[in-house]
Amino acid sequence: MCTYNTETLDVHGSAKGATGWFPATRATVYFDHPVHHAAGHALMVDLLNPSRGASARVGLELDAESARELAHAILRTLDSVPEGLLDH
Amino acid sequence: MTYDLRAFTTEIEGHGGDRIEAYAAVPESATPTPGVVVIHHMPGFDEQTKEIVRKFAAHGYAAMMPNLYSREAPGASPDDAAAAARASGGVPDARLVGDVAGAQSWLRARAESNGKTGVIGYCSGGRQTVLAACSLDVDAAVDCYGAFVVVDPPAEHVLKVTSLTGLLPDLSCPMLGLFGAEDQYPSPEQTATLAAILAEHGKDFTHHTFDGAGHAFFAVERPSYRPEAAVEGWSMIWDFFGRHLS
Repeated sequence: MCTYNTETLDVHGSAKGATGWFPATRATVYFDHPVHHAAGHALMVDLLNPSRGASARVGLELDAESARELAHAILRTLDSVPEGLLDH
Repeated sequence: MTYDLRAFTTEIEGHGGDRIEAYAAVPESATPTPGVVVIHHMPGFDEQTKEIVRKFAAHGYAAMMPNLYSREAPGASPDDAAAAARASGGVPDARLVGDVAGAQSWLRARAESNGKTGVIGYCSGGRQTVLAACSLDVDAAVDCYGAFVVVDPPAEHVLKVTSLTGLLPDLSCPMLGLFGAEDQYPSPEQTATLAAILAEHGKDFTHHTFDGAGHAFFAVERPSYRPEAAVEGWSMIWDFFGRHLS
């Protein structure tokens, strides 16, 4: 189904899309039909900059297990950052 | 028989008088033809749904698919447009109705029109088909596995979608529903609830739930494709539209 299951959040960073780097200001996370990944559903992440148009986007489509592993890897990486570095 | 056809992208007047993009396919035939509005799924105004539009033309229907994401992402690729529309909260129901009405007007205004129009949609477009058929004067509607017709999505979902239960007494036309027995959204129980509500209001609703099929069994490019269900489903669509739009 089209799940409508969506989270959106503000982000601060950069992403590299089809036309090069752009400032990423928003992220969307959802579980729904992928465009390219060969599965009925996938965990999708879009990094966006709405002020630069719909094409300012980096899209990810991952199966659920990969997405969880990626999320855990991000958290483990952040948890292992030496004290003080996260402020900069 | 199949018809030669002409397919093209154009602009129509959608909700609120907005100019929106639309894809049309029409049979190259001078005989009066019915029209069908095709409502794309959430992944957008994509190649696969354009193929469905052409399929209708090959079967003798003038078909049009409005780009529901025209406003969020004019000129963007379908996947980027779908992402932009999702990020901005999805398609409001009132806007969907206005855009389908615009496509319906375009179809009815064709010199070759027989004056009748149907509507069909897949997945989120299935729900929107029910919405359009309850909001507009339509001659026939086909809901292909539309979820959240009789139940609301979880409250935490950011997309502003609600069930259509309150609108069902206004269904304006005969409706065909095609569902998969292994689908949970909509589940067979939800389909039964939909049938019961429509029966209570004396509506003409025929539905079929295919064994061995889940959601999106018509989608030829996805692993969910189930050829037996899809072939039989298309046959039911031709029969249904043939009876109600001729």
